[in-house]
Amino acid sequence: MEALIHASYPVASADYVSAGRASADIKKRLKQLGVGGDVLRRVAVASYEVELNLVIHSMGGHLDLDVYPDQVVLVSADIGPGIPDLSLAMREGWSTANEEARSLGFGAGMGLPNMKRNADDFNIQSEVGKGTTITMGFKLA
Amino acid sequence: MTIRDMVDILKARVLLGEDKLETPVYTACCSDLMSDVLAFVDEKTVLITGLTNPHVVRTSEMLDLKCLVFARGKVPSEEILEAAAEQGLVVITTKATAFSACGMLYEKGLRGVPVPLEWGAEEA
Repeated sequence: MEALIHASYPVASADYVSAGRASADIKKRLKQLGVGGDVLRRVAVASYEVELNLVIHSMGGHLDLDVYPDQVVLVSADIGPGIPDLSLAMREGWSTANEEARSLGFGAGMGLPNMKRNADDFNIQSEVGKGTTITMGFKLA
Repeated sequence: MTIRDMVDILKARVLLGEDKLETPVYTACCSDLMSDVLAFVDEKTVLITGLTNPHVVRTSEMLDLKCLVFARGKVPSEEILEAAAEQGLVVITTKATAFSACGMLYEKGLRGVPVPLEWGAEEA
């Protein structure tokens, strides 16, 4: 199925000031398409969490939005450093965030579990030295 | 209660959204940890916080919060207020600490956002 909308947002490592701009734009675009309520909120929260993760933990990457008639798909892909232990990273409360992220109110170890909770489909692939890819699907029907 | 009632109870100063003070408020939450707010808040509520960085406004935007209450008389920067204005957020500041602000609102009947959490088996 062809996407109705495709957008790609580069996200720079440690750019705490801009963090969230991609998610704000994604939310705006979906709203313009008539997506609302619970789905819009879940996409917005998961998108913001994954964008923050790119800023806090990755060496840089991008966040892609694809909107299909029946679902919204978010893909976050970075260039490293990769997650050594995925089951540990998925655990609530476990975090490797630095002081800067914590001082902004993040790094509580809720990001990945919160993405999984908000998305209808959640997939994470990671390889140390290569990078991490997170794919999330949100049903529109 | 309405946001105007909150302003009266907290003897707060309205920084933004003077025209939206009649908005009804059913629940509130209080946190400096945006991670927790993003994880547990799922309704259009009010956030009481001592944190004044741009991510408080971003978090409010993602969750469609109605009103931000800054405790201990904190006033965010112009830049942050502009971002909040773009979203149509009501922003107020009170001299009360976060703890006292919550107590004053609770006393007048406002309750916390319901959080569907149960003790894990090992903690029960």
